[in-house]
Amino acid sequence: MNKNNLVVDRSARSYTMSRVFSAPRELVWKASTDPELMPKWWGPSYLTTVVDKMDLKVGGVWRMIQTDSQGNVYAFNGIYKEIDPPSRLSMTFEFEPMAGHISTETLVFEELPGGRTKIIATTTFNTLEDLEGMLQSGMESGAVESWDRLEELLETVKA
Amino acid sequence: MDVFSALADPTRRKIIELLADSGQLPAAEIAAHFPVSAPAISQHLKVLQEAGLVSVERRAQQRIYSLDPQAMLEMEDWSRRLRHLWNRRFDALEILLEQEMRKEQQHEQE
Repeated sequence: MNKNNLVVDRSARSYTMSRVFSAPRELVWKASTDPELMPKWWGPSYLTTVVDKMDLKVGGVWRMIQTDSQGNVYAFNGIYKEIDPPSRLSMTFEFEPMAGHISTETLVFEELPGGRTKIIATTTFNTLEDLEGMLQSGMESGAVESWDRLEELLETVKA
Repeated sequence: MDVFSALADPTRRKIIELLADSGQLPAAEIAAHFPVSAPAISQHLKVLQEAGLVSVERRAQQRIYSLDPQAMLEMEDWSRRLRHLWNRRFDALEILLEQEMRKEQQHEQE
């Protein structure tokens, strides 16, 4: 599977990742909205992720709490902006220690032949500074992927 | 200016591509690739230099520009983080969906 599918759109202050899953759309929707299932894939495996609130309606609040092995707690929250099962889900996203820096995550679920589903995940930031801050925060590090061609790099940083 | 704001401009990205192809180029030769004025290109080069994307070397009357490999590495690191965040989520979701489908099948067989 081609995993090099990152697109950064600076003029929209957003980045998009997508992937095709071998599962029907209803199930992918459920995995993204069910308080039991969602935390199983949303947070990294080295943190325990639990749903504190998941009020799945437009304007409803969600909150998730992650705990590391030392007992440090990281909480995230937001508000659902669009809920259109099973094709579209959009919510705001705020890391509580960085309150006020709010981004929007939009998941589009596309039904494909053969019981497959494509997820297109777009994260949009209010400001370019927030986009860059998130990118540079080291929130995620780890697995090194082979990706060292400048052309590809520039391709992803389209204005 | 930071690396990503510096790269938000298409002319500056083109300059980076030129330098990637050529290794190093004098400012005048870079300017010759663009329809805009030499001072405008020189301004873009200044931004790229301040962002640490290119380095400049004075040779006789010329200013020779080349890519700064460290900045390129930092940018790759940045892109990798984004990919990693969602690839990690998607990997976990893939496993979860397989498990859920297996559960459903077992349920149907019972």
